[in-house]
Amino acid sequence: MARSTARILIVGAGPAGLRAAEMLAEAGLSPILVDEAPRVGGQIYRQPPRVPGFMRTAGELYGAAADRARDLFVAFDRIRNRIDYRPGSLVYDLIDNRAIVARDGKSEEIAFDALILATGAMDRIAPAPGWTLPGVYTLGAAQIALKHQGCAIGQRVAFVGTGPLLLLAAHQYAKVGVVPAAVVVPSHFRSFAAAALRLIGMPRELSLGLFWLLGLKRRGVPILFGHRLSEVVGNESVRAIKVRARGEQREIACDAVAIGYGLQSETQLADLAGIRFAFDAARRQWLPETDPLGRATGRKDVYLAGDGAGMLGADAAEARGRLAAHALMTDLDISHVTYRPKVDLAAVDRGEHLQQAMRAAFDLPDDFFAAVSDETLVCRCEQVLAGELRGVAGLMGARELNRAKSYSRVGMGRCQGRLCGHVAAEILADKLGVTLDSVGRMRGQPPIKPVSVATVAERKP
Amino acid sequence: MSEPRLQRVADQDRRLIEITVDGWAMSAMEGDTLLVAILAQRGFLRDAPGEPMSAGFCLMGACQDCWIWDDDGRRLRACTTYAEPGMRIRTTWPDRLLAS
Repeated sequence: MARSTARILIVGAGPAGLRAAEMLAEAGLSPILVDEAPRVGGQIYRQPPRVPGFMRTAGELYGAAADRARDLFVAFDRIRNRIDYRPGSLVYDLIDNRAIVARDGKSEEIAFDALILATGAMDRIAPAPGWTLPGVYTLGAAQIALKHQGCAIGQRVAFVGTGPLLLLAAHQYAKVGVVPAAVVVPSHFRSFAAAALRLIGMPRELSLGLFWLLGLKRRGVPILFGHRLSEVVGNESVRAIKVRARGEQREIACDAVAIGYGLQSETQLADLAGIRFAFDAARRQWLPETDPLGRATGRKDVYLAGDGAGMLGADAAEARGRLAAHALMTDLDISHVTYRPKVDLAAVDRGEHLQQAMRAAFDLPDDFFAAVSDETLVCRCEQVLAGELRGVAGLMGARELNRAKSYSRVGMGRCQGRLCGHVAAEILADKLGVTLDSVGRMRGQPPIKPVSVATVAERKP
Repeated sequence: MSEPRLQRVADQDRRLIEITVDGWAMSAMEGDTLLVAILAQRGFLRDAPGEPMSAGFCLMGACQDCWIWDDDGRRLRACTTYAEPGMRIRTTWPDRLLAS
């Protein structure tokens, strides 16, 4: 295929999508880069609005990752006029080789010869009584409020969950003077300490983690390893959290809670593209299957890059963006500058190693996400309790997640199972006494996010 | 009115704009999302019949927890919609829906 006519669509302008766009642009191609946000960077390098008065520097916004963010934005500025960048645009359906995109209340179709999905990830949640109270947010939300809007989600915020983002977010809050009420980690300190040894080959990550942890300690923030969130207390607003360890319960006063147990991939578009999925036992998630460069299994014209194809972190995402672009150009016989995938493949390996270490550091028992009391809301959109979901388990063939969804309405609401899907799968598998993979996964449904009928009907010429 | 939920900690030297929320004038900062504009002044975003109060959850356009409306009944996702001068916002069900 002649390079000038190849129509390449990239979905997502985070680290992966941007690096893919850069590599394609440098080969003389003009990819279409579609992104929901008004500015590039994805969630990890989310930028404040382009409005006078947002003055913070990259250093203030992104801390230790400031250079990474700056490099990425510089790369984007360089290719900006050579690509077809469409911010504020949601790809809500894929039909054959066409993407259906909503922008400004209208729909348009973008036909593509090749598609790179760089759809990113979002927080993984574990429900607890009270988790839907105003004042409870995802960990990602706590960071976005700060990065994007210069706001904290409260004055005394409890950080609950696992993973490096937990410590990073708590650290970022402390740095702007919002000292966390506590950091609550259900996994044990001994796992955390043991995993530190695995990071000896990665001194930057190791020292960062320790820097955040010690900084919080120094500010007097209680870091409660081995404690589980048993309840968020409040009436119309968060007042406290109850946490427990070895049968002992304690209450911590706070006015906001940030919850996140690592990140899970956004895979709806991969699903609609008809890519084969495989169960990732370590991540406990069904993920689109790819070769090491990002070629999708089951479709020749689709490539995946970044955390949407399994969470590996922002640095690996940049590498995976380039790898996918390289694979695409190789497959379409488009000549491009000498590129040695070796360096980027090593970055991906590094990301995988880091993720493994993080899973070991924040080790959770297999039944962690299924251990939800019957009275706890699992699906906040449809107000479905864990007990109601358990009630339909096995009922009339509901041994599979989509059947259980039909009977219980879990995952049928407006987030389309993004928040509750994995928890519902865990609860169903646990209740039935079967492995997590055997209950399947919630099918992606177009539109992948709610779009008004007017938007669907209003076609751009 | 409930206590403000969000606390502004940076970038506060911005132009003030006026919006209307449930018929009341409210000031916001240019560049605020509707979610931030409202929650910087009170504790909840939406209080609609038949469901618990809501203040948003993911802030990245994924959970759809922060839906509100404009005076014409058009639905807005508060975490991804920016406050514009003169916007007229509803945080409970639009009258025309309640009436039906």
